[in-house]
Amino acid sequence: MRDWKWIDNLPKSWAFLLRVVVKALLLFGLCNLIFAWLYPMQFLGNLSLYGTLFPARDRLPFYDGNDPSQSNSISLNNLPALFASHDVSQSKPGDEFRVLLIGDSNTWGWYLDNDETLSAQLNHADLTVNGRDVVFYNLGYPVMSLTKDLLILDYAMQYDPDMIIWLVSLASFPPEEQLVPPLVRNNQARLSPLIEQYNLNINPEDEAFVQPDFWQRTIVGQRRELADLLRLQTYGIGWSATGIDQFIPENIPLRQSDFETDYSWSIYPESVELSENELAFDVLSAGIQIAGDTPIIIVNEPMFISDGQNSDIRFNSFYPIWAYEQYRDLLSQTSIDNGWQYLDLWDSIAPQEFTDSPVHLTAHGTEELANRLINTIFENEE
Amino acid sequence: MGLSLSTIAVFVVIAIVYAAIIPAKWRGWFLFIASILFVYWLQADIFVRWLDFFLPTLSLIITVTSWYLTRSSEQRISPQDKIALLIISGFIVSLALLRFVPADYRILIASRPPPIQFVIGLLAIFAVFAWLTGKFKWRYSLFLIFILAIFAILKTDAFAVQTAQWLRTWTGQDVSQASAIDLNWIGFSYLAFRLMHTVRDRQSGLLPELSLQEYVTYVLFFPAFISGPIDRAERFLQDFQALSEKIIFSERFVEGFTRISVGIFKKFVIADTLAQGMSLNAINAAQIENSGGAWILLYGYALRLFFDFSGYSDIAIGIGVLFGIKLPENFDQPYMRASITKFWQSWHITLSNWVRFYVFSPLSRYLLKRKPKPPSILIVLITQSATMIAIGLWHGGTINFLIWGIWHGLGLFIHKQWTDRTRAFYRQLKDKPRQQLLADGVAWFITFHFVVLGWVWFALPDLDTALIMFAKLFGLS
Repeated sequence: MRDWKWIDNLPKSWAFLLRVVVKALLLFGLCNLIFAWLYPMQFLGNLSLYGTLFPARDRLPFYDGNDPSQSNSISLNNLPALFASHDVSQSKPGDEFRVLLIGDSNTWGWYLDNDETLSAQLNHADLTVNGRDVVFYNLGYPVMSLTKDLLILDYAMQYDPDMIIWLVSLASFPPEEQLVPPLVRNNQARLSPLIEQYNLNINPEDEAFVQPDFWQRTIVGQRRELADLLRLQTYGIGWSATGIDQFIPENIPLRQSDFETDYSWSIYPESVELSENELAFDVLSAGIQIAGDTPIIIVNEPMFISDGQNSDIRFNSFYPIWAYEQYRDLLSQTSIDNGWQYLDLWDSIAPQEFTDSPVHLTAHGTEELANRLINTIFENEE
Repeated sequence: MGLSLSTIAVFVVIAIVYAAIIPAKWRGWFLFIASILFVYWLQADIFVRWLDFFLPTLSLIITVTSWYLTRSSEQRISPQDKIALLIISGFIVSLALLRFVPADYRILIASRPPPIQFVIGLLAIFAVFAWLTGKFKWRYSLFLIFILAIFAILKTDAFAVQTAQWLRTWTGQDVSQASAIDLNWIGFSYLAFRLMHTVRDRQSGLLPELSLQEYVTYVLFFPAFISGPIDRAERFLQDFQALSEKIIFSERFVEGFTRISVGIFKKFVIADTLAQGMSLNAINAAQIENSGGAWILLYGYALRLFFDFSGYSDIAIGIGVLFGIKLPENFDQPYMRASITKFWQSWHITLSNWVRFYVFSPLSRYLLKRKPKPPSILIVLITQSATMIAIGLWHGGTINFLIWGIWHGLGLFIHKQWTDRTRAFYRQLKDKPRQQLLADGVAWFITFHFVVLGWVWFALPDLDTALIMFAKLFGLS
């Protein structure tokens, strides 16, 4: 066989074999040590074939729990890699008015194709502001935590936004939810300066943060993360061939409409009086400060309002009425007190437009939400 | 269980032990026992109760039966054969007794073995079968039909599901959960090839005399048990009988480790990376939106298939070398070939050779001897199509594998007609290097894309998906 003639030329002695093994082990050990010392994970995250070999993604990659080869996607905790695969990282044309949408799975478009998401529906309107084309970017990420939103917003500021629309819901506000998303827990180095600068009510040394020690920073220690970086690139082929980045089942399960006699919310089994301190308004405030001169609009996103069993106690499976009404009052009052631009769209979409969760919309519901946003935010801008 | 990295590591460790402490005269017995052990160890867990014990046991029993039937009339059962038989039976019964051992201590088997009476019953049935058919005139044909029947059941979904339902009824399990995966008989495809080779060679008088120890080790040799290559008994025997000779282990280890390392890189780095969304499958075939994407995924599949399978072969050959058995090569730069005939001489070589020996040649001889003799062109068409259809159906009893076989059969036929008619033209190109290069380039391009397009049938599960994929590839969808 012509493939293997070269093996015949190798010295066939134990000394040769030992030399090869020892050299290989030394080289491997050295590479690991250098890697741990440099720890170039963030740099490697910036290396991307998206936008060059493959079209950039319309939304941040997220693993939806199905076979990754069906969704051509993967979840990563490497922010540079997430953004390097996204359309927002492409250079901004001079005539573009760039609007970033920050939020949870509602903004990301759970069970929606890319041309049905909120950003896509907004882009369908072909808006202009002062002669510049308004382009909306989907920076939603399907986890509910304002701190996760803050991380994304902080990173996204380098892409020169002209406006930010931050869609929030009560489930993103509990302090105990802030460090739950892996994306937050694995980005302590990025979050710590923000915690310090904006005096956030988060312990920068919280045990929830993943802080790799020296050995975990080696190639061996980071093998999973390195493989994921590679996988994100390989899924680019499937993404470019199919335009699919999420597996959408034929039959989407419907959100719950009837409830037990249940007053609980977050850590509270019964109704209590909420104050700003029980909700992560400090994170919201930090985001608005990070945006600086860039206009930022806080939107209380629509939710499913049930008329089923015990709907006098709960709006939906997420929220009892007592908690949600206090939250709305607090958000409204805080916005007025701080001069934030705030839009409350909590009941703006009909119940039948919600799919599997109280905040996931159908394509039609998303279109309605887009129209509401356009009419409210952009009516005077054109 | 497939050939995972941990399995390879176990094989390598055993090879080091083998080289370090096994005396030369015991090497054959070591490989014999190791091959029996790994038949069980490599068998994956199966949902149908006891089947992950019965299937490897059947592999062993069928192999012993096959040895009994394929002995030459002069070959007596020697004391060594009796020892080998005792080891196999003792081993099966010992494993069955693990039924009474707590699960944590149950080694080699995937789940709790069946009651001992079932195992002894199975052994008795085959002993009676072998004894009854041993002198029967049609014993070889009967045995081949038996092997082919199992093959048909395993490779045809409808039969496999029906068998699984029957087995689930017998074990009192939920019949509605029956599926073809229930009959995941590890290694049977290659086991069947080796058994059929020995039976056919016994019929034609070509098979050398093999002891039970040699025969079982040849058929079940663990590096090649799951995915080949398909060795020939007479070639294997040469290496096996030389195991007790003085050898320089360093030579073997340099060669073996090199092959294993290259194989691991091909399989676990290149092929497994290509499997991560970079190659065609039934799901993305339905999702593809553009022709360019379709081609990229198809190229990805073609490369993945090559690196996966040739990587496996390299690993198997490398492990074989560590133990002193030089398994035959299976791939020789197949995608660099400039004709479909040469492609099949360099892709899955041992399978191509097997089918040439046992399908193509006998069929050709039969047609040539017929009176009146069919036209030559018809003989070529029939033999080449039948050969490739056999290869296709070996992969599975589906319409797509059948079409894939026909695709290559027709490709070989057309190529034969083309070369017969253009021989003079190509001969005069030898003096014109540029034109020769151009002709070779065009031939390579056509061959490569013929093979790659053929993979559409191979990769996709049904006719409709394959046709839609072709439409997408050529921008017709």
